[in-house]
Amino acid sequence: MNAKKVFVGIDIGASRTKVALIDAAGSLIGYAVEKSGTDFSAAAEKCLDSSLAMAKSSRKDIVHTISTGYGRKNVSFSNAAKTEISCHGKGCFHYFPLAIAIIDIGGQDNKIIKLDSEGRRLSFKMNRKCAAGTGAFLEEMSARLDIPLENMDSLARQSGHMVELGSFCTVFSGTEVLEKIRQGEKVTDITKGLFLSVIKRVLEMDSLSENVVMTGGVVAHNPYIVTMAEEILKKKILVPEHPQLTGAIGAALYASEAQI
Amino acid sequence: MNEEKKPARKKIHSTTEMNRIMAEYFYELDNAAKTGEKKIAWCTSVGPAEILRAMGFLVYFPENHAAMLGATRMSTDVIPLANARGYSPDICSYLTADIGAYIAGVTPLSKAYKGIEKVPKPDVLVYNTNQCRDVQDWFMWYAQMFKVPLIGINTHLGIRDVNDAHVASIVKQMEDLIKPLSAVSGKKFDLDELKQVVALSRACSDSWKKVLDTAAAVPSPITFFDGTIHMGPAVVLRGTKQAVDYYNLLLAELNERIRNKESALENERFRLYWDGMPVWGRLSDHAALFANLNTNVLASTYCNSWIFTDFDAADPFTSMARAYTKLFIVRSDEPKEQYIKDMLKFFKIDGIIYHDAKTCPNNSNCRYGMPKRLEEETKIPSLTLNGDLNDLRCVSDEQNKTNIEAFIEQLEESKPGL
Repeated sequence: MNAKKVFVGIDIGASRTKVALIDAAGSLIGYAVEKSGTDFSAAAEKCLDSSLAMAKSSRKDIVHTISTGYGRKNVSFSNAAKTEISCHGKGCFHYFPLAIAIIDIGGQDNKIIKLDSEGRRLSFKMNRKCAAGTGAFLEEMSARLDIPLENMDSLARQSGHMVELGSFCTVFSGTEVLEKIRQGEKVTDITKGLFLSVIKRVLEMDSLSENVVMTGGVVAHNPYIVTMAEEILKKKILVPEHPQLTGAIGAALYASEAQI
Repeated sequence: MNEEKKPARKKIHSTTEMNRIMAEYFYELDNAAKTGEKKIAWCTSVGPAEILRAMGFLVYFPENHAAMLGATRMSTDVIPLANARGYSPDICSYLTADIGAYIAGVTPLSKAYKGIEKVPKPDVLVYNTNQCRDVQDWFMWYAQMFKVPLIGINTHLGIRDVNDAHVASIVKQMEDLIKPLSAVSGKKFDLDELKQVVALSRACSDSWKKVLDTAAAVPSPITFFDGTIHMGPAVVLRGTKQAVDYYNLLLAELNERIRNKESALENERFRLYWDGMPVWGRLSDHAALFANLNTNVLASTYCNSWIFTDFDAADPFTSMARAYTKLFIVRSDEPKEQYIKDMLKFFKIDGIIYHDAKTCPNNSNCRYGMPKRLEEETKIPSLTLNGDLNDLRCVSDEQNKTNIEAFIEQLEESKPGL
């Protein structure tokens, strides 16, 4: 019998690997985020070690591990894999046990997942094979604007006049951004326009029900996107404490159920 | 964790006989093309093949060839050749694959059938736009290449109820084919011969329907992926005795499976309906993916498109006109939705997969809100996969895989304990 039971969720996304550890009571006791890179196993191992150190636990305490995300089948020490759709739903419902529509903006994927008041999934939509509206879109645009990715949120907040971008394609949006610079538009205004582009691409994927939750790395690092989305939707949006970890937390919750 | 386990999908023994009659069919065409002993007509897959057979033509179906290009994954290599000639990457990838293969001078027939070097040269091309307008443009290319006549039928589209005016219009167009066809074949039209062919087509259709309907059994003895392979004779050999005999053989094997409670999959937990075209280049991958998830995709709109219950030998022209106009693809959304609802009930379906094929809007039924409407009415969940019938540049395997796995997880949540 383990002295300290730890349940592990590993979310290997296209851009970042996230690990969440929960205890038997379902509380988050450790977590870490790393670049996924090209060696998913190495990223998972590194993340796991960091989160175990945070939780003051060791590998012998691990009872069950569920992996999710693009690299879900590449984790040698995982007991089972589940899709990120299920895990995001599980993680969000843990924090907001309501009928919810989850908007998850990841590095490469956008999702809208709808759950009923019992947490059962009603439907889900993923973006088509296109980077519009994803974290990869913002990464590409930050390079075009020659600004650090982490500065985008504060720049967008300073905007007094938003520049709207029309293109659907990430690469052509890059060209459009250059055109706006040539026209003398401010970087702050262009950045806010880029945020609006992300929101529009996501909102057009599905209609939204009463309670909306936003998660994902883009939201975690650019909380102003949530504020803008609230203005567009004219409603309060729920955001969990660790929006980038929702999939990993959901996987950990599945791990805790699996051992029982 | 290992990526995949080997799926268990049971082999259909009748396949050997199907391969034999299909080989016989292609060799007969090849021989006719080489010797000129018989005239060859190219026909669209749901075109008036009965008239052509009754007038002594051997009938070749470019759509069947295009599907072979897709299934052998030759299509993605040759499509760009057609694109370069001005055929957009956004139009039918059956068309672009087939024309691309012609430009490249390649055919999957050469690999499958020793001695066949090229597709059989047509003496006439006959289309029916009931599938889409692209077939007409497709055949026009070959009419110009081979300098042979192009004739056809222009079917009304978006029909709610097929009425006498629709049928009369198609009958007239069918009758108008006779004169130019006689000029090519040198054979006089004989109504009794047409009646015999229509009777055989009806028998083929009836047996094919019985084959597909076996999937209503629980567990199902057949999968959609089997259906896409075994529909070959219904497409290219309808109007012949070989096709009728084949489906009776296949039906007996499937009924035997039902008697023995033998499932097409080792463990059938979920039963899905497929709407739209297959992704030909991913047929075996998709079959394995679903089988690994203990899910049987067992019924489809697509395979049922070669069921023509209106064929009546006593009234061949009118019944053919009605049969070829009552097709799902020709109809408006109301009858389409009713059709799918009936299918969901009959086959005891847990979920629907819609394939949104990039280059086939006519056969992608998810673009005008149908999935949401049907989901609200039937409470049966659905998933839309983005892909294409032949152009694998439009297919994202990883995204489709995640979507499919997530969909099955959703079904598991709604049917716990299964």
